[in-house]
Amino acid sequence: MGGEFVMLSLTPILIGVLAAVACALPGNFLVLRRQALIGDAISHVVLPGIVVGFLLSGTVNSWAMMAGAAGAAVVAVALIELIRRLGGIEPGAAMGVAFTSMFAFGVLLLEQSDTSSVHLDVQHALYGNLESLIWVEARGWGSLLDPVALAGLPPELPRIAVVAILMLAFTVIFWRPLKISTFDEGFARVLGMRTNLIGFGLVIMAAIAAVAAFDAVGSIIVIAMFICPPAAARLMTNRLEHQVLWSIAFAVFSAVVGYVLAGYGPLWLGAEDAVSAAGMIATVSGLVLGIAALYAPHRQRSGAPADA
Amino acid sequence: MLGLPFFKGVRAETLPSDLGDHPLVVRGLTVSYGEKPVVFSLDMTVQDGSMTAIIGPNGAGKSTLLKAVLGIVPRLSGVVAVYGRSLQASRRRVAYVPQRASVDWDFPTRVLDVVLMGLARDLGLLRPVRDRHRQRALDCLDRVGMRDFADRQIGQLSGGQQQRVFLARALAQDADLYLLDEPFAGVDAATERAIIRVLKGLNADGRTVVAVHHDLSTVGDYFDHVLMINVRRVAEGPVATAFTEANLQTTYGGRLETGHVDQLNVGKIHVD
Repeated sequence: MGGEFVMLSLTPILIGVLAAVACALPGNFLVLRRQALIGDAISHVVLPGIVVGFLLSGTVNSWAMMAGAAGAAVVAVALIELIRRLGGIEPGAAMGVAFTSMFAFGVLLLEQSDTSSVHLDVQHALYGNLESLIWVEARGWGSLLDPVALAGLPPELPRIAVVAILMLAFTVIFWRPLKISTFDEGFARVLGMRTNLIGFGLVIMAAIAAVAAFDAVGSIIVIAMFICPPAAARLMTNRLEHQVLWSIAFAVFSAVVGYVLAGYGPLWLGAEDAVSAAGMIATVSGLVLGIAALYAPHRQRSGAPADA
Repeated sequence: MLGLPFFKGVRAETLPSDLGDHPLVVRGLTVSYGEKPVVFSLDMTVQDGSMTAIIGPNGAGKSTLLKAVLGIVPRLSGVVAVYGRSLQASRRRVAYVPQRASVDWDFPTRVLDVVLMGLARDLGLLRPVRDRHRQRALDCLDRVGMRDFADRQIGQLSGGQQQRVFLARALAQDADLYLLDEPFAGVDAATERAIIRVLKGLNADGRTVVAVHHDLSTVGDYFDHVLMINVRRVAEGPVATAFTEANLQTTYGGRLETGHVDQLNVGKIHVD
């Protein structure tokens, strides 16, 4: 049992947990800034970049695809700004135009090019390949101390771990500027904070989390984890410090429970196959948000003050 | 000093040398949203130790003037000097109370945390909040009569209480020049009395107070200087000489009835 679990389930669960936490951390601030859609936009616009990265390098899961994704994010930012200026329309609409067309371009590119030899298709882009990220060399818990077996870990694991640590460091180090500028941007500027830089840094961090998570688990999880855990956490508490901790807990819970349900849920129900782990993780996070919206302690919005 | 680009450092901005060391001098300030100038070629000199009201009709650019002075909105042209130096160099001497409605009061934080934001420059990025910081924030809340609300979530406060929390945050900044944007808008009478008591206390302490104000009937009671604007400057000076019916008519166009102006007891000096 132990050996099979370590080989088949430990690494996918860890990768799912780390991807969920990496997205949920910047998601807290995006949700409070009414910018939650940015996570959605990023996970769409990176697709053409990833495809181009693959076509140029010829391999999947390479840094070239990450570089392509980052390039696509920059192109998207420029495109959104261009559409907004030329069209004279609001940023949300420009974002909508930019990210749907770039995603469509990515799908076209994917369908037109010869990617049949590798596991890169629209299915992969949406749901990732979490179940396939197994640790073939593992022979049991003892393998965690075996350097030869550790060398065989799927490369997605250290990559997403580094990104999750980066998100944690960003949140802790820039906690005050993030909090103050999210609450009251004008006051933050009066204090001398560079609020544009803080906002830009947050979007860059969200993009890094989205690209790294996309690589391992697909865009469904990215979109869900930017929004569901932070939004559910906001309903649990009235303090930002506690909200961030709750969001981490919800992200971990969704990843673990989602993975287990995807693997064993159909069996328990008498069916034969497993369902997509990424899809189930996103579903669980949505259920958590739904339950929080119905029963959490701080659901009441204060609304407009009575004397205003 | 804070070592990271998220705070602006002290950067020398070339200022004309003839601006003096008044708390605030504005020369030729123009701000525009899109094509239309909101503030046009505006001059302003705030006297040290004064209580100055900025008045004018809706859309006259009062809030924009404050925001441009503080670098919250970009200025198209013009010079701003704070105590004879650039804003960057004088940042520690300036405190700001934004309009209450400019933030989302559902933000998950407590009253004490908001006041502690006024100490952000002292705390920097990572220095922990210590008891003396908390004590200072509680003292500021005490001055506006909100000490008992320190642990409340800010969304549970009334409008007047929110305004007092914003004032407490500015008090925590311990500045020499206080800039307030409509501090009396939409607050109850008790809050208005509490706020003016605090502002007059600051003023008696030698601090300079500048407030965007909308209630013409209290200008003479609350302030000693007045700046009247309608995109451009109409008049500036002591309330006794500048706050005249003619200037009010110019500032507000035909929108003030003559009878209305009479009710304001224009020209009378109120002495406390």
